[in-house]
Amino acid sequence: MSGHKNNEFVAPLKIAKGHGSAHEGAEHWLQQKITALAQIPLVLWLIYSIIGLQGASYAEFTAWMGQPVNAILMIILISSVMLHAKLGAQVVVEDYISTEWFKMAKLIGMKIFFFGLAVACIFSVLKIAFTAGI
Amino acid sequence: MSEAKIQRPLSPHLQVYKLPLTALMSISHRVTGMGLIMGTFLVTAFLVAAASGEAQYDYVMGLATSLPGKIVLFLWSAGLYFHMCNGVRHMFWDIGKNFKKADANRSNYYVLIGAFTLTVLTWVTVCGRLAG
Repeated sequence: MSGHKNNEFVAPLKIAKGHGSAHEGAEHWLQQKITALAQIPLVLWLIYSIIGLQGASYAEFTAWMGQPVNAILMIILISSVMLHAKLGAQVVVEDYISTEWFKMAKLIGMKIFFFGLAVACIFSVLKIAFTAGI
Repeated sequence: MSEAKIQRPLSPHLQVYKLPLTALMSISHRVTGMGLIMGTFLVTAFLVAAASGEAQYDYVMGLATSLPGKIVLFLWSAGLYFHMCNGVRHMFWDIGKNFKKADANRSNYYVLIGAFTLTVLTWVTVCGRLAG
């Protein structure tokens, strides 16, 4: 850090922006950690719920999903999981694929894909919740 | 210049080392993470099926409760608990704790014991509910 002493008023752009060799800031890491932390209680809740629902009939399952608390927690969990999965898969692609165009194609395709999964899940949860018992 | 680069011998890499447990845990975190991504496909398939109607719900429920389905669910839960416990360890590393070699070695076992216990606890509960 002593290298900055002589020009401490002139922060290099990468320091000002918080960018290192990864060409981006701490956002990726922070999102990964926040979603991870959120998922600990949410996943434990979901597993506990699934155990309670094993062998449930369609009516019992939709009645469960029709409870606002369950539908809301499901949507939060799905959103968090899809973002966490996207971030994790992104790191793996960045690490193991070195052909630049292929890497870019994968990264872009992946984002669209996980977004699509999230939309499918959230729509399904909402449909089940809104039509339960009808 | 580029030809000289190609001729240069490669130094021995992963294949000549016996990976320590910390390294195996590290790659397992990735592998389980990728496996859990497969899990998100299954969750999506289940929810879309359930949203499509009772017949589709019964069909996927039948798949989930079949023997192959149960095996997938078991492996899924074990992978999930491992990823969760090791993820907690990553959080300790993120706040600068547990970095010493001895600490890292010891916490390998905390993670493994935690994941094992949670998996067993889950499936004992499942079986208990089925029996009771």
